[in-house]
Amino acid sequence: MTFQGWLLIAAFVGILLALTKPVGLWLFALYEGRRTPLHAVLGPVERGFYRLSGIDPTQEQGWRRYAVHMLLFNFMLALFTYAVLRLQGLLPLNPLGFAGTSEHLAFNTAVSFTTNTNWQSYAGESTLSNLSQMLGLAIHNFLSAATGIALAFALFRGFARRNATTIGNFWADMTRVTLYLLLPLCILYALFLIASGVPQTLAGSVDVTTLEGVKQTLALGPVASQEAIKMLGTNGGGFFNANSAHPFENPNAVTNFVQMLSIFAIGVGLTYTFGKAVGNVRQGWAILAAMLAIFLVGVTITYWQEAAGNPILHNLGVAGGNMEGKEVRFGIAASALFSVVTTAASCGAVNAMHDSFTALGGMIPLFNIQLGEVVVGGVGAGIYGFLLFAILAVFVAGLMVGRTPEYVGKKIESREVKLAVLAIAVLPLVILGMTAIASVTQAGLAGPLNKGPHGFTEILYAFTSAVGNNGSAFAGLTANTPFYNGMLGVAMWIGRFFIIIPMLAIAGSLAAKSYTPETAGSFPTTGPLWTGLLIGIVLVVGGLTFLPSLALGPVADHLAMIHGQTF
Amino acid sequence: MFTDLKSAVRPALVMTLLFALLLGIAYPLALTGIGQALFPAQANGSLVRDKDVVIGSTIVGQGFTSDRYFHSRPSAAGKGYDGLASSGSNLGPTSQALLDRVKADIATYKTATPDRPVPSDLVTASASGLDPHIGPEAAFYQVDRVARARGMEPRQVRSLVAGSVERPLLGFLGEARVNLFELNRRLDAIGAKQAR
Repeated sequence: MTFQGWLLIAAFVGILLALTKPVGLWLFALYEGRRTPLHAVLGPVERGFYRLSGIDPTQEQGWRRYAVHMLLFNFMLALFTYAVLRLQGLLPLNPLGFAGTSEHLAFNTAVSFTTNTNWQSYAGESTLSNLSQMLGLAIHNFLSAATGIALAFALFRGFARRNATTIGNFWADMTRVTLYLLLPLCILYALFLIASGVPQTLAGSVDVTTLEGVKQTLALGPVASQEAIKMLGTNGGGFFNANSAHPFENPNAVTNFVQMLSIFAIGVGLTYTFGKAVGNVRQGWAILAAMLAIFLVGVTITYWQEAAGNPILHNLGVAGGNMEGKEVRFGIAASALFSVVTTAASCGAVNAMHDSFTALGGMIPLFNIQLGEVVVGGVGAGIYGFLLFAILAVFVAGLMVGRTPEYVGKKIESREVKLAVLAIAVLPLVILGMTAIASVTQAGLAGPLNKGPHGFTEILYAFTSAVGNNGSAFAGLTANTPFYNGMLGVAMWIGRFFIIIPMLAIAGSLAAKSYTPETAGSFPTTGPLWTGLLIGIVLVVGGLTFLPSLALGPVADHLAMIHGQTF
Repeated sequence: MFTDLKSAVRPALVMTLLFALLLGIAYPLALTGIGQALFPAQANGSLVRDKDVVIGSTIVGQGFTSDRYFHSRPSAAGKGYDGLASSGSNLGPTSQALLDRVKADIATYKTATPDRPVPSDLVTASASGLDPHIGPEAAFYQVDRVARARGMEPRQVRSLVAGSVERPLLGFLGEARVNLFELNRRLDAIGAKQAR
């Protein structure tokens, strides 16, 4: 570990904290449906979209209608992408002449991008046409992110409203977030990326004769436009197989730094928006403090392990930290930081290969996803996931002092706690259940590249990433098979919507309640005591379930590594 | 529930099409137009031409294995530095395959001795398989071999490397590194001058 590395981490956290309030205030304006300066330009587009699709944005929806409209929209989007991928061979903008993809790959990819997972069973540059990337995939990067933020708004309204039967209008929330936040930011961001060296062209590839006289063909395409929303929307699906490690996606240390910031920017802003929505910004800061504490511990462990390197290679006469699967321009500090950011948020973009991390260095990304990606988390999904833990935390605190728990002015009763537990239980049930199936079936065991405990970790990571809607991988796993495409597709759908539905039910139930003013007997939900309790609940409830699986995978791998055992 | 579903059909269908046009077609095409107009070199891959032939991109790595050039890192992209198959090795820390590969690569650097260990990046595969850089130590490690193969003074080659080291921006953004495409072109340029 170097001073320079810690300076990078400190600068990252410092800039993030400075971004929290301005981003949060902008989001708050959209949450309230207020006019922004951008309405002058994009207002007509918004109104035109509503008119053509017969939407009245002022018509409020109850939680059931909000959920049904959101679900049907997402289902349509998935069908649309399935069709684009299957018909790829017949559609234009296909300079390298790729055929349509297989049924199982199209299913997996359509679900993957609809659910904001962006798990990729394919290699972009050798499978997908420019049109598929733009029309089939990049639209999801916008709309799955906008859906996530809309859902967070709906839950905020549940806390903020009193005796109400509605939680907002899905179409208005989703459209405003797309038009007044994601699209304008992405245009600026993409221009910055192009200026930095990220290609933006409709050409498919270019032939190079290298200095040694060898033929090299470089894949090109409309990369920058996709890269921008891939990061901002915590999607993570790369244009190329190597994702943000590819020089054309992430050419230098500055683009890398901006990419890391853009993964977290909207997520941290939403904690502030929540505070504003419930009338006390300290509620938002308390949540952010708990998130950052868990985050910094993760960064420290991964950075330390990667910098220490692999003793098996040291014994051969290799000096230095673990550089397998890392790029020289990023080095160890920026690779370790990126890996923790991308898995704390549900992004899943990678600038280094997690599969080749040291055993414990690679365990932190895995554990981050298992916690439910509530450490900042995916746009929208992070904060609503964290608020589920907050509901459990006030419930536990209420049990300890023997009172009905309250949170930001709302009584938390049996219905909310049951629904929160239901949503949180989805993660371990599906991750561990499916990992177990894959670990004992022939089709499952055909997947891993590595042998020994590391091979098991590859399987565990895949299902964790799918259910958590992360999308990063221990990419040695061969996942483009009917077994994995099918299982992982189902896992991603469950991991997204089986959490959203109970969460929206909580929003509806909270909105109907009256306001409970804070009294001397209320458990304070702003100070360090509360932040500590939140961290404890996230680690115990979210993390403890996975401990045995981690012992079988990364911990066993680590013990083998320090004893020089290979597989 | 059924009325909820019925009321969702038209908006879901129409919004899917409208957003597909806006985000899937208009947005990337508009950026392609603007990008090509403002930053044509970068938007097309930062390519370098020698007369009419494209000889490389300044930001994408190519394979160097000849003794006359500074070697690039091992690559898992296709058969090595394949621009259509970017990839890391994905070998884990306890992989026997990793151990065997590193052993074999160390053997090609005959100067490796216990008191002169090989810099880590020189014998590990990058994440993309297209890494354009190696670290300064990995470049200095190869100076003697390159000088011998080219019949140059080691001192001259060493100062060429020193002049090619790029430093982190503001002291913390990025790592000290050497761009191999640039360094090896500089070597060729000196060779061409001496041949004249």
